[in-house]
Amino acid sequence: MTERVKKLREQSVTAIPYLSAERALLMTEFYREGAFLSPPIRRAMAFKRIMENKEICINDGELIVGERGPAPKATSTFPELCCHTQEDLEILNSREKVWFRVSEETKKEFEEKVIPFWKGKTIREKIFEEMTEKWKEAYSAGIFTEFMEQRAPGHTVLDDKIYRKGMLGFKKDVDEALRLLDFIDDPEAHSKSEELKAMSIAIDAILILASRYADKAKALADLEHDPNRKSELLRVESVCRRVPANAPTNLWEALQYYWFVHLGVITELNPWDAFNPGRLDQHLYPFYKAGIEDGSLDRVKAEELLQCFWVKFNNQPAPPKVGVTAAESGTYTDFANINTGGLKPDGTDGVNELTHLILDVINEMRLVQPSSNIQLSRKNPDEFLKHACRVVREGRGQPSIFNADTIVEELLRQGKTVEDARNGGTSGCVETGAFGKESYILTGYFNLPKVLEITLHDGVDPRTGKKIGLESGDPSMFRSFEDLQKAFQIQLKYFIEIKLRGNNVIERLYAEHMPVPFLSILIDDCIKNGKDYNNGGARYNTNYIQGVGIGTITDSLTAIRHHVFSNKTMAMKDLLKMLSANFEGLEKQRLLFVNKTPKYGNDNDEADDIMRWVFDEFYSVVNGRTNTKGGVYRINMLPTTCHVYFGSVTGASADGRKAWMPLSEGISPVQGADRKGPTAVLKSAGKMDHVRTGGTLLNQKFTPQLLEGEKGIENLSHLVRSYFTMGGHHIQFNVVNAETLRAAQVNPEQHRDLIVRVAGYSDYFCDLSVALQDEIIARTEHQGF
Amino acid sequence: MDGGFVTQRDVCVECGDCIEVCNSEAREMAGKEVTVEEVIREIEKDTVFYNQSGGGASFSGGEPLLQHEFLTEVLKECKEKNIHTVVDTTGLTSPQMLESISAFVDLFLFDLKTLDDAKHIEFTGVSNKQILENLRHLADSGKEVIVRIPVIPGFNDDPVQIRATGSFVSSLGNVREIHLLPYHVSGLEKYRRLGMKNEMHATHPPSADDLSVIVKELRKHVSSVCIGG
Repeated sequence: MTERVKKLREQSVTAIPYLSAERALLMTEFYREGAFLSPPIRRAMAFKRIMENKEICINDGELIVGERGPAPKATSTFPELCCHTQEDLEILNSREKVWFRVSEETKKEFEEKVIPFWKGKTIREKIFEEMTEKWKEAYSAGIFTEFMEQRAPGHTVLDDKIYRKGMLGFKKDVDEALRLLDFIDDPEAHSKSEELKAMSIAIDAILILASRYADKAKALADLEHDPNRKSELLRVESVCRRVPANAPTNLWEALQYYWFVHLGVITELNPWDAFNPGRLDQHLYPFYKAGIEDGSLDRVKAEELLQCFWVKFNNQPAPPKVGVTAAESGTYTDFANINTGGLKPDGTDGVNELTHLILDVINEMRLVQPSSNIQLSRKNPDEFLKHACRVVREGRGQPSIFNADTIVEELLRQGKTVEDARNGGTSGCVETGAFGKESYILTGYFNLPKVLEITLHDGVDPRTGKKIGLESGDPSMFRSFEDLQKAFQIQLKYFIEIKLRGNNVIERLYAEHMPVPFLSILIDDCIKNGKDYNNGGARYNTNYIQGVGIGTITDSLTAIRHHVFSNKTMAMKDLLKMLSANFEGLEKQRLLFVNKTPKYGNDNDEADDIMRWVFDEFYSVVNGRTNTKGGVYRINMLPTTCHVYFGSVTGASADGRKAWMPLSEGISPVQGADRKGPTAVLKSAGKMDHVRTGGTLLNQKFTPQLLEGEKGIENLSHLVRSYFTMGGHHIQFNVVNAETLRAAQVNPEQHRDLIVRVAGYSDYFCDLSVALQDEIIARTEHQGF
Repeated sequence: MDGGFVTQRDVCVECGDCIEVCNSEAREMAGKEVTVEEVIREIEKDTVFYNQSGGGASFSGGEPLLQHEFLTEVLKECKEKNIHTVVDTTGLTSPQMLESISAFVDLFLFDLKTLDDAKHIEFTGVSNKQILENLRHLADSGKEVIVRIPVIPGFNDDPVQIRATGSFVSSLGNVREIHLLPYHVSGLEKYRRLGMKNEMHATHPPSADDLSVIVKELRKHVSSVCIGG
């Protein structure tokens, strides 16, 4: 790492996150003028207002320039979506985790200008106003969450188009589309015209931003005494004069172009989940190769440029939520997830020299953002996987590992062309999309165990006593497990449809009031269609509902079938009493569920077949339902951190989980339920039909000793390849630290799955003597995690 | 559930009922009866992993050859299904028995405790004569064999013994690898749980330095020596 990068990295890591009023004030001022404009033009003009007036910030030593706010980690708000109250600002300023400093001046500006203007005018308020009573009841009961109440629909990734075409080129495309509009026979011609004009304005806006950066670099160069820095600043100037107006001609320009585009997307609105450059290794490789060949670039310089680029992501924390509580701390991470490896559009191995360089960058930078993943195809060489495993071993959870072949299959199943599928990959956590061509919106998490809880109470939420579901029958009268399954199906369909109904309204609110002309320039075929990204302009328009708690619901249903219906050793009404009592004074019975019942995650078909049943039910009720943009709904199986919230509203469950405790996470087994080692977990998870999802998330934990040496790396890569042979979508490894091991000593039940390398052999941590546990903790600490 | 339990080993008939009734899993039965089919089914569950890693089934113990008939059947079945097989043995068995399974074994892990017969008799109760003969016979027959040496301080770790061991192993036909298994104390918890006395309390695991001296000496005789395995 060069001195420059060390310094920039240090500045980024230590910069204090604070709330910046800049964007909110510019937005308020613009909207207050109230000009008579169509929504797309209004949004484009608002975007231009920001780009013309925002503070320009070039940090000392930077090669890649541009901040969303006035300084690193100065975080914008989006009052047109949702406006922070004074109370929110106080909490953000004072909470213990993921805090944002809020200055007295900012508080005053919010109080006097921002809050009074936006009251009653935000999308969030509009959404809650439009939702039905049933929706609100289900939402507050914690059946589902709603992504778009605080952030705009986003969730898309850029392909390689910007490396071939400058913004002036896109402007020509827009002009051409305008010229081709048929105002006689196309009833939508006028609205298309408004949208296309808006795109044109958005292009002007980003060009203004770039030229302001060029001017600033020039001004700084004029003042600079150090001749090296002076020439760098002049180089920055010339780069910003060239891109994004024109196609890039070298690596530096390519990175700077992407960064301006990134800033544009995350300034225009605040989209879930932050945009990313997609296959960075493949996109940049031609520039890298040309630079090496003509001698204008070497590996060290290329690495430095990439590292400067990495720092830019880390300088942009995710904007904080509104209506926050101290406990709900969220994250600074905005989920930009850089892809490497995978396939080329022609289906050949996509790994190149830059792939390895990027893995080195990930390893050296050790930043929270950007996140990174590898796309692993059976066509990729083992050395690529092993390199990634060596980075994983360092224990920062990056990169995560995706099955490129399964992802292609998922996209093909959804009807994408084979080239679009191979160009696809991952964004956010584990979400599949066709890069540069798809709007794939995550609409909310869905609490599967809560639906079972309501089924077990004949439509009533026992936490509140309110009847929020349908009357699907008194469970103590059920004669067979099938009766319970039928009742669950009824409730599941009912709540999914409540969610779908809400989604369709919210989708129209964004389509009509919050178009995103800048993002629309970047995603095919918005220009060609003259339609906004938020209004079905993209080539593919997919919506997702994300299922949470598959482990918990599987084990609960398995326990009920096993004890109540198969073995008939327990009456349903007794089981329900136990759950109502939260197992108070019934520890022995609770342990029957915990220890003496088949569980998902052990390659046991009795449990795993139930998992498949729940998956199929969830899939059938969601998959293929239409959205309002000409696309359809699909399912995902991922929780982010929502399994904690969903657990906190869900009472005791028949898997032995106590009330309000977290649900199982991703498609992982219930915490501590897998007792047969990692291969059994992978076998169970591999029984899910991943191809019918747009992403599943599997976490595995290892202690560093298990991954020691070349043998450890080989074992890890065999494990990955095996899981992917079974069709698994994603796996990520947490290399655990001493703290986790200590937690396991205190609370073994939650950590039964933790395997440690003891001495030439491995064993379950919880089965070791305390003395040996202590020794392993000491060894783990010694390794510096 | 009430914070502890009492074990009366003299009246225990190993029926396992106590395991069934205890939901908190305070007790477990070490070992269970299985059929050949059950073992094969369990082994086959992981075929997908063997295909990637080149792994397979390892038969260890105790001494797997004590269940010679059963072992032979399982091994045969594995070879029929093209599953890689490893047998981890003390070598204390008849040449005929070893010979009879050899065709179905891809790799032997063969324990070599000490060449000093008097010591062998003193510490294990049996002579190493047959063991060494078996080892030589197996290695000379061209079978792949890895010699595994438990490194026990004060028993077999002195330079003279190590040198002798190295020289002996290098004289064997098909042995290219030695695994050292350093003495460890992770079994103490098991002793406690079984109410047994630990007679090794005066012995401590060998240090990394001691081990590297041993590795260095052995590498003079055999190219591949590793710790663990």
